Amino acid sequence: MSNVITADHGTVAHGHDEHHDDGSKTLLGFWIYLMSDCLIFSALFATFAALANATAGGPTGKELFDLPYVGGETLLLLVSSFTFGVAMLNMHAGKRNKVMAWLFITFLFGASFVAMEVHEFAHLINEGAGPSRSAFLSSYFTLVGTHGLHVTCGLIWIVVMMDMVRRFGLNDAVTRRLSCLSLFWHFLDVVWICVFTIVYLRGVL
Amino acid sequence: MSSQHAHALAADHQHANHGSLKSYIVGFILSIVLTAMSFGCVMSGAVPHDLILPGIVVLCVAQVLVQLIFFLHLSAKPGQRDNLSIGVFTLLIIAIVVVGSLWVLHNMNVNMMHPVPTMSSGSIG
Amino acid sequence: MFGKLSLSAIPFHEPIIMGTLLMVCLGGAALLGWVTYQRKWGYLWSEWFTTVDHKRIGIMYVILALVMLLRGFADAIMMRAQQAIASADAAGYLPPHHYDQIFTAHGVIMIFFVAMPFVVGLMNLVVPLQIGARDVAYPFLNSLSYWLTASGVVLVMLSMFVGDFAATGWLAYPPLSELKFSPTVGVDYYIWALQLSGLGTTLSGINFVVTILRMRTPGMKLMQMPVFTWTALVTNILIVAAFPVLTVALALLAADRYLDMHFFTNELGGNAMLYINLIWIWGHPEVYILILPAFGAFSEIVATFSGKPLFGYKSMVYATAGIGVLSFLVWLHHFFTMGSGADVNAFFGITTMIISVPTGVKLFNWLFTMYRGRIRFTLPMMWTVAFMVTFTIGGMTGVLMAVPGADFVLHNSLFLIAHFHNVIIGGVLFGMFAAVNYWFPKAFGFKLEERWGKASFWCWVVGFYMAFMPLYVLGLMGMTRRMNHYANPAWQPYLIVAAAGAGIIALGIGFMVLQFVVSIRNRAENRDLTGDPWGGRTLEWSTSSPAPFYNFAVLPQVEELDQFWADKEHKRAYRRQERYADIHMPRNTGVGVFMAAFGTVLGFAMIWHIWWLAVAGLLGMVGSFITRAYDTDVDYYVPGAEVEKIERARLIPQPGIDHVDPAKAGQKVA
Repeated sequence: MSNVITADHGTVAHGHDEHHDDGSKTLLGFWIYLMSDCLIFSALFATFAALANATAGGPTGKELFDLPYVGGETLLLLVSSFTFGVAMLNMHAGKRNKVMAWLFITFLFGASFVAMEVHEFAHLINEGAGPSRSAFLSSYFTLVGTHGLHVTCGLIWIVVMMDMVRRFGLNDAVTRRLSCLSLFWHFLDVVWICVFTIVYLRGVL
Repeated sequence: MSSQHAHALAADHQHANHGSLKSYIVGFILSIVLTAMSFGCVMSGAVPHDLILPGIVVLCVAQVLVQLIFFLHLSAKPGQRDNLSIGVFTLLIIAIVVVGSLWVLHNMNVNMMHPVPTMSSGSIG
Repeated sequence: MFGKLSLSAIPFHEPIIMGTLLMVCLGGAALLGWVTYQRKWGYLWSEWFTTVDHKRIGIMYVILALVMLLRGFADAIMMRAQQAIASADAAGYLPPHHYDQIFTAHGVIMIFFVAMPFVVGLMNLVVPLQIGARDVAYPFLNSLSYWLTASGVVLVMLSMFVGDFAATGWLAYPPLSELKFSPTVGVDYYIWALQLSGLGTTLSGINFVVTILRMRTPGMKLMQMPVFTWTALVTNILIVAAFPVLTVALALLAADRYLDMHFFTNELGGNAMLYINLIWIWGHPEVYILILPAFGAFSEIVATFSGKPLFGYKSMVYATAGIGVLSFLVWLHHFFTMGSGADVNAFFGITTMIISVPTGVKLFNWLFTMYRGRIRFTLPMMWTVAFMVTFTIGGMTGVLMAVPGADFVLHNSLFLIAHFHNVIIGGVLFGMFAAVNYWFPKAFGFKLEERWGKASFWCWVVGFYMAFMPLYVLGLMGMTRRMNHYANPAWQPYLIVAAAGAGIIALGIGFMVLQFVVSIRNRAENRDLTGDPWGGRTLEWSTSSPAPFYNFAVLPQVEELDQFWADKEHKRAYRRQERYADIHMPRNTGVGVFMAAFGTVLGFAMIWHIWWLAVAGLLGMVGSFITRAYDTDVDYYVPGAEVEKIERARLIPQPGIDHVDPAKAGQKVA
């Protein structure tokens, strides 16, 4: 996450400091982290694709996936991406209370997404289509679950950031961390687009 | 560089990159439309079966680009060039990892897994 | 309450292990007692364990690597001894299960806990100094990375005495590493040790990419960076790109073992070839992650001790970048025999042959740098020359195996073992030894003495050839790797020679320890007062030895490659300032230590299925991280007056060092 050392420079005016970080250094580092995370997902996608037909006589994607349900999940995530964007606009405008409000709205959408996914998983496991049933289902649960785990981490991060905005206001460190969180949140959206296309839509073909 | 000066620079820098309400709305609407088209492609039954897979892949790529541009503000602007080139390099590695793995495993399945019909060539995503 | 853990996990019935445990306990108690007696705990904690200074973190990495080298080498010599005697009717002294753990631990330790910390430590020590930076981009993450690596070490060492270690070979191929065939905790130790240290390595990679891209001194363009920094940049990009794949491969194996999934099992659609494919997508870039910084170190050393600029700087940079990309296109050559078919094997065989071209370019560059140079055969230079010969042999045997047809004969034979020891010892390890001798004065302020260093050098080189050349022959005779016992008596003489070679290497290690001890004792006579003991070309030699904690009082201005050399030529190096500005520095923090400690607890609890403790460890890790985020007192300013005091003390005693003559640089400065 965004915990990287740099100064809270706002208050001290020093004459000569070449290594002053305006936040761009942190954002670059966070971007590189996202790319490495992207590679984690790409390895999971490759695994899923390689095992997609290894159902071992168990249920296939076509029998299991409920597209309208997935469409609902997708909508929640897309809306949360938009609301996070609005939070960021308010951050740049310096409107502290609105930032907290929009972060909270984003949290609600994200949490609903996670709840829907947990419900979906529980349903599959109850039907006897749990991750131990076949290699296909192992890779399905792992890929989608890893994304869900990321969203959960994002939710925890949102809570922490709401508290930080409340305590510290929109100072340099908080702004920088919110920018990182914004990248993280939108990135999870991008991953989800690949998930619903390759896992769900292709799965029911 | 004084702190105030750095601050001003940072503000300038960010102003160029953080987008506006309009760009978020445009991005959001495009995403919704593209998502609806993807799901429609598969669920409506109106699209010829052979065209569904290419169709949803194209829509997927389009939506990823929309999100990268409108939400992640990726561009070729000077402040974003490092991010962009790192992204392109990542894309290269992803292509190698995914395409390479599938190619390798496909060939191994074909050559080594004859008796198991479920592992045949169809497993390429 | 304690999961699978009980007193029976400690192997009381194994005399060899119990003896080792006794020695470790005695040695550990002696060390702890000595530190307590000297009242150094406070100093160690506040100056070293909690440090965010890249130089100190680098030193700690290298110490960790050297300590683990002793452990890894102990494993090696046990294997050599076993194979020297376990012929025909003799069973040797190591039971198979123990032997299997030893060769697994040897590989894991040498790659992950010797070579990696060595390389990362070296980059820590040198890169910021070479680019004129005061620290790395994220000093706290750097400390965290180090301690996570240490967590991995703790788990691997613990596995020797509590439970067992994986008996699967160093990459833990399934289905052997699946729960069904490896039901003990050995593979779990393997997984968690590598996940923890791998997380640390990935964070280091991100840290250094940003450091090199964003923290170069004013004026320094990419094409003006020293070659070592270039190799470090490419290595760290490879780390960021390759380690996530390792994380995935190990996570999926863990999912199989813990959650009854079926990625790599024999049943229900699992595919073991998938694991082998994934692990080598990481594994091949990994060997370049190790060798590239060694190449960088050799480049600096050759240029310095030949008294010439490096021949073909640009081709060196392009070769490094080319190797970086190509290293992602050769992974299948590790499993030609798995049956991908002719076209796939041909593709990867050809890419493997291609990747040897940029490596060849580098060798010629070093040779041309030496050509007509005024070479000083100091220790770093001797290691470099030994490397050039040894690595060329290893590289050529590698290209030989790049031919898929030949590989079908040589795969998993001792020929392969000889090949990769040839490039990893001859390349990485010799490189690290060269680098230690080269940069030691920059880290500690005095040079290593040469007499014992040379003794160690000759023992290592002779011992290496004696230990590994017979393995090439044995490979061609058909001996496969990892044999606890063999029936062919014709192999035994070669294995005895190899064991004797390992014995000579042991002498080399002993002399190396002696070299450190003698150097520390006689440090007064080897003191480096100039900051530039070798007549160096790059920025790290422009500051004092050891470098002050802020590295540079004034950030150097760079307009060309080898700026410091040009400054010395034009007598404008070592300029004193009228007035020094305040310097912004990060504050030390213990959070990295705490997080890694919680990480160790998490790993240990997962290994033994102690779920409540695992939850506690995870919460501790996340909690300390979040607590850290609330800490606003993370940095401070060093007042200009203090900088001035330190700098005056350094520049006054030697009025005559405005220009250092490379020919005399080896001598003491009066």
